Amino acid sequence: MTATPTETTPAAPSPLRRLLPGAPPGGGPRGSTLLRHLAVAVLAGTLVVLVTNQLAPYQNLQVARVCAFLCVTAGHTVLVGLNGQLSLGHGALMATGAYTVALTQRGLDERAVGGWWTLPASLLAAVAVTALGGLVVGLAAARLRGPYLAGVTLAVATLVPAVTTIFTGVFNGEQGLRFPAATPPAALGAYFQPERWLAWIALAAALLTMLLLANLVRSRFGRSLRAVRDDEVAARLAGIPVAGTQVLAFVVSAGCAGLGGGVYAVLTATVAPGKFPLDLSLFLLMAIVIGGLGSLAGAVWGALLLVALQDLPGLLTEHLSLSAGLAQRLEGNLALAVFGLILIVVMLAAPGGLQGGLRAVGARLRGAVRRRPAPGGRSPDR
Amino acid sequence: MRPTTRRVLAATAGLALLAALPACADDEKQAAENVPGVSDTEVVIGTHQPLTGPAAPGYSKISAATKAYFEHVNSKGGVHGRKIVYKVMDDGYNPANTENVVRKLVLDDKVFALLGGLGTPTHTNVLEFVKTQRVPDLFVASGSRNWNQPEKYPTTFGWQPDYTVEGKILAGYVKREFPGAKVCHFGQNDDFGRDSLAGVEQVLGPVAAKQTYTTTNQQVGPAIGALRAAGCQVVISATIPGFTALAMGQAAGQGFRAQWVVSNVGADYTTLAAQLGDKKVILEGMVADNYLPMVGDTANPWIQEFTKIHQRYNAGNPVDGNAIYGYSMAYTFVQAMLAAGPEPTREKLVEAVRKGGFRGPGLTPFRYAEGVHAGYAGVRLTRVSNGAQAYFGPTYTTDDGDGAVTEFSEPPTTPPADAVPTA
Amino acid sequence: MQRFWFLTFDGLAAGAVYAAFALALVLIWRAARVVNFAQGAMAVATAYVGYAVASATGSYWLGLAAAVLSGLALGALVERVLMRFAGAGGPLNQVIVALGLVLVIQAVLGMIFGNGYRPAPAPFDTDALTIGGVAALSPYDIWVLGAALTVVALLAVLFTRTPVGLRMRAAAFAPEVSRLLGVSVGRMLTLGWALAAGVGALAGMLVVPTGLGLHSHAMDLVFVVAFTAAVVGGLDSPVGAVVGGLLVGLILSYVTGYLGPDTTPLAVLVLLLAVLLARPGGLFSAARARHV
Repeated sequence: MTATPTETTPAAPSPLRRLLPGAPPGGGPRGSTLLRHLAVAVLAGTLVVLVTNQLAPYQNLQVARVCAFLCVTAGHTVLVGLNGQLSLGHGALMATGAYTVALTQRGLDERAVGGWWTLPASLLAAVAVTALGGLVVGLAAARLRGPYLAGVTLAVATLVPAVTTIFTGVFNGEQGLRFPAATPPAALGAYFQPERWLAWIALAAALLTMLLLANLVRSRFGRSLRAVRDDEVAARLAGIPVAGTQVLAFVVSAGCAGLGGGVYAVLTATVAPGKFPLDLSLFLLMAIVIGGLGSLAGAVWGALLLVALQDLPGLLTEHLSLSAGLAQRLEGNLALAVFGLILIVVMLAAPGGLQGGLRAVGARLRGAVRRRPAPGGRSPDR
Repeated sequence: MRPTTRRVLAATAGLALLAALPACADDEKQAAENVPGVSDTEVVIGTHQPLTGPAAPGYSKISAATKAYFEHVNSKGGVHGRKIVYKVMDDGYNPANTENVVRKLVLDDKVFALLGGLGTPTHTNVLEFVKTQRVPDLFVASGSRNWNQPEKYPTTFGWQPDYTVEGKILAGYVKREFPGAKVCHFGQNDDFGRDSLAGVEQVLGPVAAKQTYTTTNQQVGPAIGALRAAGCQVVISATIPGFTALAMGQAAGQGFRAQWVVSNVGADYTTLAAQLGDKKVILEGMVADNYLPMVGDTANPWIQEFTKIHQRYNAGNPVDGNAIYGYSMAYTFVQAMLAAGPEPTREKLVEAVRKGGFRGPGLTPFRYAEGVHAGYAGVRLTRVSNGAQAYFGPTYTTDDGDGAVTEFSEPPTTPPADAVPTA
Repeated sequence: MQRFWFLTFDGLAAGAVYAAFALALVLIWRAARVVNFAQGAMAVATAYVGYAVASATGSYWLGLAAAVLSGLALGALVERVLMRFAGAGGPLNQVIVALGLVLVIQAVLGMIFGNGYRPAPAPFDTDALTIGGVAALSPYDIWVLGAALTVVALLAVLFTRTPVGLRMRAAAFAPEVSRLLGVSVGRMLTLGWALAAGVGALAGMLVVPTGLGLHSHAMDLVFVVAFTAAVVGGLDSPVGAVVGGLLVGLILSYVTGYLGPDTTPLAVLVLLLAVLLARPGGLFSAARARHV
């Protein structure tokens, strides 16, 4: 964390180059980029739906959690990786979305308002409210750099228990709120697995987020984000409103976190301040850096990692049989140690995160193919 | 790019058609399965515990003891010939992890029942899930009154005396022994503190001063200073062990001498003394309450039996209040399983607990009955003197409402052979 | 009024602890331009060493020395083995490695020493001296305050009067130029980490007796508050760390005392915003332009 975290993606071209209009990466007109992203989204979505049809309830919940976290990590990585603004407070933004959904759902339920549209409406409210919160944080953040921004957002991350306790009447203190669960529509049949329905809800949210963000980062605004990150002075010279871009980045990122937080709440139909501790905010940052900062594919790795972190303790306890005394000492602790070690090793072995590492491996393979056009039928298998 | 796009689109369309086909045939047969978690040789049950994180000190020892007790029972042939497998999942006292591990236990591991899930904020958030899955949710390890809502949560049961019961009995003691004294309350800023204060004020009327703390802020000096400034002579304290030690240490440091009367949750002498080290002398004279055999009481037959089990299966840990808690709760569970009969189902287990009538290590009976899912009915006072915590005075029982506090005179029970209940 | 004075003393006592820890954060920032998120966990690890030695030898002071020495060693080790190689991928990578290190250290401490609290006796009386009926500072609080101020003075001498201190500053601010001038930047980095971790170890030994006791998470809360203090004071200024620490301690005490313990995170945020929106580099930031 320096005053201006610049070297986030390796070998970024010079900032001014990025400002030139240039050809979009897709090569064709903009409409085709959108179409391509849409096709990939539908493809990915269909694949996941196919998979969820085969999965047991708990595995479907895991899929759902990955999707909920993906909304958050995708928005977070755009802010930190592409715009260079460090946020340690995304856990609190998730909480904002989660509480908005809980309060909206409860309010509608009390007034006996029902219908298929209530959940999308609640989630939309979560996005709106959290984006507003992001605007407030973003306005302050636009003036701050590096560790000073980290300090403020860290303070934001610790705010959730305080706010929920002070306004106990609204948020019900540390016990949190419960709201009506999202049940599958009757059209799917009486025996339709509720967890699969939750996975589909989360999947829809994640695909929507990824689709919007993928188009956003390829757009003019995406180029502004990177320009501001790489060199504020140059960006300003090129006519990019630096502060405005930074605030807007925060708003977009917060909106995604709000959606993710809202979906996260829907999965269990509960919210509580304890679900959004400081650790969550730190783990979110870890997830996007380990996944590969600034890359949406990296955000997927990050989301997978967050869910793996939650499930690791169970896995380790199950597959290790130890003497009682040893198990006592290792239980729980072993999982944390393993996860910590993985973090360190990945960071040392692949400084660009998992996605960066894969890209490097891919590039090497492709290079090998190109250097040997395989006239004699030699395969690039070395 | 164009051909690629077209190819991707075609593949997508194909897959979408596939996905539209109903592929959920296995859902229906799931409904009609055998009793989850029960086989001819095993009963699998689960729990969520803070094995790591800030709540781990002390509390991580409870499940170790419970597990040790089940190993002991299994070595004696188990319950109705079935061995008890106790799956302990670490939730780090984070409700998000609790929700996750409980779902894993119920949906994936297919446990028969949950036993002794620890913590109010953690367990509160799985109540709805447990209810919809109809899983017996026995003996939640917290004194919140939330577990006693049979019409809302028909399978959830408390075990320990709730904080209101404790508050009423502690306040009754203060009323008798310190008439006219300025009585104050120091509590955690959640259900624990609030329920305790409610019980205290029901007996004593409004207290002279009340202060709270929150676990994320260790600066208790200002709160203790306010109690001192208010001239409190008696402080009734609803605190977890770490904060009992911190608060009493602050009071001593400020030269604030008052009679401390501490909730059982935060008053285990072994735990407090280990934390305070040389400063443990400030615990002298501390009054608290308990409902289980006292750790230092080596003449007590329950303590003798539990110590034997401890040395065999749990020797790495100290024999302290947490261990006794774990053993006693496991004992009650075995009683409930025996009462559920040789072919247990979830319904039978819930019904067996609801019928109640268990007596074991605890000083009082449970309140379990039709429409009541609350645990132990009362407590007895304890005092620390010369470095040992011991019972004094009679045992009292009451309820979490406005019922009277009455003396309970039945003598404590003695353990069966090997401290394994028989049907 | 009595209440106010009481809270003031209470805040100063707590603030001295935060100041000591904020100092360690400032040191590492000055040496390596990185916020060491593992500082708390490292300090806890060295405090375990310190108290093990103290109980084995019966001397608190030997324990303190052992803690500081093991801190120096741990800091150098972390730099040599981890941070040196993590730095290549950008400063955030070092943060992530530090967070990973926190998990590993806390887990390993839990495995070795168990999850319970261990008593952490203080070398001086913790009973407050009474001034005019108000419980003021205890001898231990005065020792903490004195130790923090002494460290600041020593650091000031080191950085302004000694060649090695000047080289360290040069290496941090202008590594390329320093290298050309013959300064071994790598060695200076190692030294910086060692020094910071040594101060962190000292701070850990000062902090632990004031809290719940020694356990693997003993510094979690302190780290957050001390980081706030360092940011408020300005990460480049050791004096700022001490002022920031005392300021944050006082504000937390007043807010806890007058408004209740729940409101402190809000108060911390308000303080941060108030200070940083006026001075984006903290109270004691050097008056240099934000943009190049």
